[in-house]
Amino acid sequence: MNERACDACMARSWLFGHLAGHLDKARSRIEQVLALEEDALIVAIGGRETARLEREFETVDLDAVRSRVLAAGLDSVCGCDPAYPPRLRALDAPPAVLYVAGGLERVVDLLFEEQPVAIVGSRRATAYGLDVARSLGRGLAVAGVTVVSGMAHGIDSAAHAGALDAGMPTVAVLPGPADRPYPAGKRGLHRRIVAQGAAVSEIPPGTSVWRWMFPARNRIIAALAAMTVVVEAGERSGSLVTARLARGIGRPVGAVPGRVTTPQAKGSTALLASGLAQAVRGPQDVLDQLFGSGVRQVVDPRREPPAELRPLLEAIAEGHETGAALARAGFAPEQGLAALAALELEGFVHRGAGGRFRVAP
Amino acid sequence: MLARRIPSILPAMSRTEAIEVTRIHSIAGLHASGLVQARPFRAPHHTISPSGLVGGGAPPRPGEATLANHGVLFLDELAEFQRSTLDALRQPLEDGCVTIVRGQRALVFPTRFMLVAATNPCPCGFAGVGDRCRCGEADLRRHSRRLSGPLLDRMDLLINVERPTEQELRGPAQTSSARARERVAHARERQRFRLAGCAARCNGEMDARVVRRHVTLEEAAERALARAYTVGALSARGRHRVLRVAQTIADLAGHGRVTHADLLTALSLRQRGDADATLAA
Repeated sequence: MNERACDACMARSWLFGHLAGHLDKARSRIEQVLALEEDALIVAIGGRETARLEREFETVDLDAVRSRVLAAGLDSVCGCDPAYPPRLRALDAPPAVLYVAGGLERVVDLLFEEQPVAIVGSRRATAYGLDVARSLGRGLAVAGVTVVSGMAHGIDSAAHAGALDAGMPTVAVLPGPADRPYPAGKRGLHRRIVAQGAAVSEIPPGTSVWRWMFPARNRIIAALAAMTVVVEAGERSGSLVTARLARGIGRPVGAVPGRVTTPQAKGSTALLASGLAQAVRGPQDVLDQLFGSGVRQVVDPRREPPAELRPLLEAIAEGHETGAALARAGFAPEQGLAALAALELEGFVHRGAGGRFRVAP
Repeated sequence: MLARRIPSILPAMSRTEAIEVTRIHSIAGLHASGLVQARPFRAPHHTISPSGLVGGGAPPRPGEATLANHGVLFLDELAEFQRSTLDALRQPLEDGCVTIVRGQRALVFPTRFMLVAATNPCPCGFAGVGDRCRCGEADLRRHSRRLSGPLLDRMDLLINVERPTEQELRGPAQTSSARARERVAHARERQRFRLAGCAARCNGEMDARVVRRHVTLEEAAERALARAYTVGALSARGRHRVLRVAQTIADLAGHGRVTHADLLTALSLRQRGDADATLAA
């Protein structure tokens, strides 16, 4: 286990975990709260319990705190250590300690040299949004760019899955402790991310998840990444917070054009319309922004579809999305079903809600 | 409507089967006179209790699962059934019988039925159709949670049925039950021949050992199956089921060995269409 957090930072991190339940009332100003000195924080939050909290902070047993981190199987690194991701220092309130599931060396590997990219978006994304997120995740990962996201339902998970499916690592920034999958239903994804890449968080292990942790987590995503791409975001989406924070620290923001009538894309298309984000049509646009036009090329790790399956693939792309629609377009049901399974196995098509097939971008 | 037609394409009951069905229906007071010839079709409403489905009460009476013995048990709106009711169905599905213990006596009711179930893709029924689905995230998750899990994993065929077009509704029927029944009878004949001497009488009754011994795959089919398993599209239980379905497709088509196309068709008849299920991986 790598333990590279100094006593002062560890104590500060412990304090935020200890006060976690009290910080929701200051949720709207969480960035300022996270920037407060420890004494000021206790006074601001403590109310009548200030004296007790001050006493607890003075006498905190850091050995016990460290052993809890160890027991959770987490590495830790604080702002005073050279292994701390340098991009985080751009924040007004960088995390005192970053906890890592999956190994600190991986974080150093994935977040130092290369230019990581954050892919964020709606939890309730459309099939189109999920496809684009997955293909961005895959394309960027294969081009050697680390994909950073929040492991939430929808876009975040699709981006992680895209990178993992290509056999590449990815970094998840969790709202709660790094060893605790959040949302709980993403246990399987969390396991894969930790096995291949890393899950990080500023929240000490054993802390419950509170609402303020989501915007707080978003600022870490924005700061870790050299560029943030919003795939689909509703009008009040947390991904817009991530985009604003990224702009605030001078990082470029991209947005994927969505259908103007889709509520889940209102926020992301508004970013484009207002000129706050540049249009991202695929991984190549991101690579061009980061490394200069045409310096790095996207490589598709998939094999070419076999010639006999190509007409079917084209028919699906044209909107014949169901077995019956394909049958009307002239594909015999018996061969059609078998051909669809072949395409699905090789990752050329996905089966979405209601059994509709979509061409994987 | 589709489900109601299933008994009509199944092969006729043997004399022992017919006697068993007649006895059960007679206990339940459903029987008029003579030997029951038609395979039973039972479609209980989704408000049914666990004991109504698998049997119970004092004195114990057979449930719908037993009344559907040698026939079809149809559960419409599967997601609306109570969780406990669906869980009660697991043992009879696995074992082909239910045991009901009352005081000093234990009764065993046979439950060898074909389970057919239908459900909407989401509570409003429009999931995947453009932007028409208006279900909340919580609704969708609750719906898919009810449908996921062990029961769905025990299903052999998972098919998305679409609204037929106006033309198809007006046009003549594509195939008739009589023709389908003939194909089924031929396929059953092949199965009986192949499975002679084992406990299984048809593909659906093959256990893992029988599958290993009697289901032979072409080399390309073998490769496709291995690939589906390694990419995680199949569980171990799913793999077994796909093999049985692939063998049945081969039997219907009149091939001896399972071809590449047979296996791919079986795969596409089983996979679930759920964007988030593939994400959770």
